[in-house]
Amino acid sequence: MATSSDLGFFLLVTIVKVAIILWVLLTAIAYLTWLERKVIGHIQSRWGPYLVGPHGLLQPLADGVKFLFKEDIMPADADRLVYWLAPFIAMVTAFLSIAVIPFGESFELRGHVIPLQITDLNVGLLFVFAVTSLGVYSIVLAGWASNSKYPLFGGLRSSAQMISYELALGLGVVGVLMISGTLSLRGIAASQLGFWRLGGILILPRWNIFLQPVGFLVYFMAAIAETNRVPFDLPEGETELVAGFHTEYSSFKFAMFFMSEYANMVTVSCLATLLFFGGWSGPVFGPGWLRVLLPVFWFCLKVFCFLFFYIWVRGTLPRFRYDQLMAFGWKFLLPLGLANILVTSFVLAWIHS
Amino acid sequence: MPLTLEKVPGHEERVILSMGPQHPSTHGVLRLVLELDGETVVRALYDIGYLHTGFEKSFERLTYSQDITLTDRMDYLAPLSNNLGFCLAVEKLLDLEIPPKAQWVRVLLTELTRIASHLVWLGTHALDIGAMSVFLYCFREREEILKIFEMVSGQRMMTSYFRIGGLALEPPIGWLKRVEKFVKIFPDRIDEYEDLLTRNPIWLKRTQGVGVISGDDAVALGVSGPSLRGSGVAWDVRKSHPYSSYDRFQFEIPTRPEGDVYARYLVRIGEMRESLKIVRQAMEGMPEGPVKANAPHIVLPERDSMKTSIEALIYHFKIVTEGFHPPVGEVYHCVESPRGELGFYVVSDGSPRPMRCHVRAPSFANLQALPKMIEGRLIADVVACIGSIDVVLGEIDR
Repeated sequence: MATSSDLGFFLLVTIVKVAIILWVLLTAIAYLTWLERKVIGHIQSRWGPYLVGPHGLLQPLADGVKFLFKEDIMPADADRLVYWLAPFIAMVTAFLSIAVIPFGESFELRGHVIPLQITDLNVGLLFVFAVTSLGVYSIVLAGWASNSKYPLFGGLRSSAQMISYELALGLGVVGVLMISGTLSLRGIAASQLGFWRLGGILILPRWNIFLQPVGFLVYFMAAIAETNRVPFDLPEGETELVAGFHTEYSSFKFAMFFMSEYANMVTVSCLATLLFFGGWSGPVFGPGWLRVLLPVFWFCLKVFCFLFFYIWVRGTLPRFRYDQLMAFGWKFLLPLGLANILVTSFVLAWIHS
Repeated sequence: MPLTLEKVPGHEERVILSMGPQHPSTHGVLRLVLELDGETVVRALYDIGYLHTGFEKSFERLTYSQDITLTDRMDYLAPLSNNLGFCLAVEKLLDLEIPPKAQWVRVLLTELTRIASHLVWLGTHALDIGAMSVFLYCFREREEILKIFEMVSGQRMMTSYFRIGGLALEPPIGWLKRVEKFVKIFPDRIDEYEDLLTRNPIWLKRTQGVGVISGDDAVALGVSGPSLRGSGVAWDVRKSHPYSSYDRFQFEIPTRPEGDVYARYLVRIGEMRESLKIVRQAMEGMPEGPVKANAPHIVLPERDSMKTSIEALIYHFKIVTEGFHPPVGEVYHCVESPRGELGFYVVSDGSPRPMRCHVRAPSFANLQALPKMIEGRLIADVVACIGSIDVVLGEIDR
């Protein structure tokens, strides 16, 4: 039985963790926009933001202030309630899924073990999928409530796209679930610690990417589509649909969509790290505090690599057409995901028998 | 009243979408009215006139020399091609002989203009299809060309460098070095664009088989330029009616038989390489001599001679205050602008101002082919097709 002081301590720790993670996430999102502009800029032989602060480092702050003070315009015949609701749904769903993401081992404080995660649900992965699926509502509702044609098309496109790619996204990770036998994200990450040895020599870390390369491919491509990034950024395909579902949004409501998109990028990158790249696994050494912090560093580094890859893709590829995108999802990714599950299950059955 | 489409009875579920004039990829202020069934375009109308400036009327109010400044602003992506078209038309009217050096410089600069214009086309076209980086790479190289223009004429875009009877002034010393530098780097840069696009599977999927128009249809609709050559018709004014010594240069006319967006893309990429070839030839064979025709009543005299010769001073005064008097008559002269056949039809009543000047703008005719290309296709293809015919609205709404 937990005593009341235990409960108080638990609550306090959780609140502190939530506050820290939220702060880190918001900062990460803000600086992800800075990073994107810088990286894309350098890819395109220009500098990116340079004026606000050294190397434009205060640019995200300036953007935030700008969004806050811009006039908030609502179309005359918009459905007021839904129009208001949509950006909130986008934000809430994007931020909620971070709650079950573990980003390191645990440490002991005054006899309590504190895991580096807000909460370890035993169905963590399902929770993330469930919450991000709800995110589709925000786009559909935004497109519909704006009472304008371009957002409507954007909303329709994205509902079709996200539902299609959610399937592929789910199928991509099933292989990993079968291997690790748990839905808890901490459990999946923990199962990848250590190395495979051949004749006593360390050859490869036990990351799922080496067991499930096809699964990873399916997951990653679907994840790009799920977060509406190039080359799958059709819902907001700016050269066709102006700005897609958020054409009629301005000021902070637009910023909320914007932030939720980047939060989703962070989430799917975290998931890719946890599911396929061993989560926080990496060389750990030194004194106790370093042993706690190093895994967090490795985790962040891997997530950063994914985010960088996202940006890199944006600087390189053109955009799919709507029908081609659907064909790619249904005729290529989905069968590939199913085949991967089939092969994985046969191999597993063969090993266990 | 803006144009609109009426709904067809029995198809009330279709959406009438007004695309433009403020839209990121209608290249200026083109407005399209689309009847959509889902995302498929059933009918399409184009609505022009949002950039109407009254250029053709203004031609009648200015002297021939002043009119050159108007031509810059019509097709603002290819000012020198427009300068050349108008100058050649008036020179034909005046029956002027242009010295070879001026002709060579004109060829060199108009070919650079073609490259610059195609770079803007490639950049914006790729941007429309979602390839963002190509846009900035293209503008990087275009900047080099604009610097050359600035060097010779003092202006990056509205150059007005070609004058009736030759060039405005002798190009500065060392300008050919600048051109040579550009000629040296540019082939690699074209390869760079092609690396990003030509064999990119997404690019192929977005452009192949999209916006197909047959050679016969294209000719019937008056399409010219790269858009026509993408449909397999090897027709180029530079070859069929050589002007300004183009018959002295060796170059190919790239054509593709497919008639789709990808074919038009390849044709323009090929044209950039061919233009580079012409620039190289013009540079190597640049003749010496004057850059202005020997026609003192038409061509402004040199500053120096005005201080020593009373005739020069009088001619200068006459040309500047009144203009020159061409013979009564009418001429049509066309050049191959980056967008196609650009013709100037000039009617003279003997006064220093044209009585009428009509411009046969290639974009205006090419735009006619758009509905044929996009009907029955998706919204995303509309954007690809607009990009592929490369219209400039300043030229359409004269």
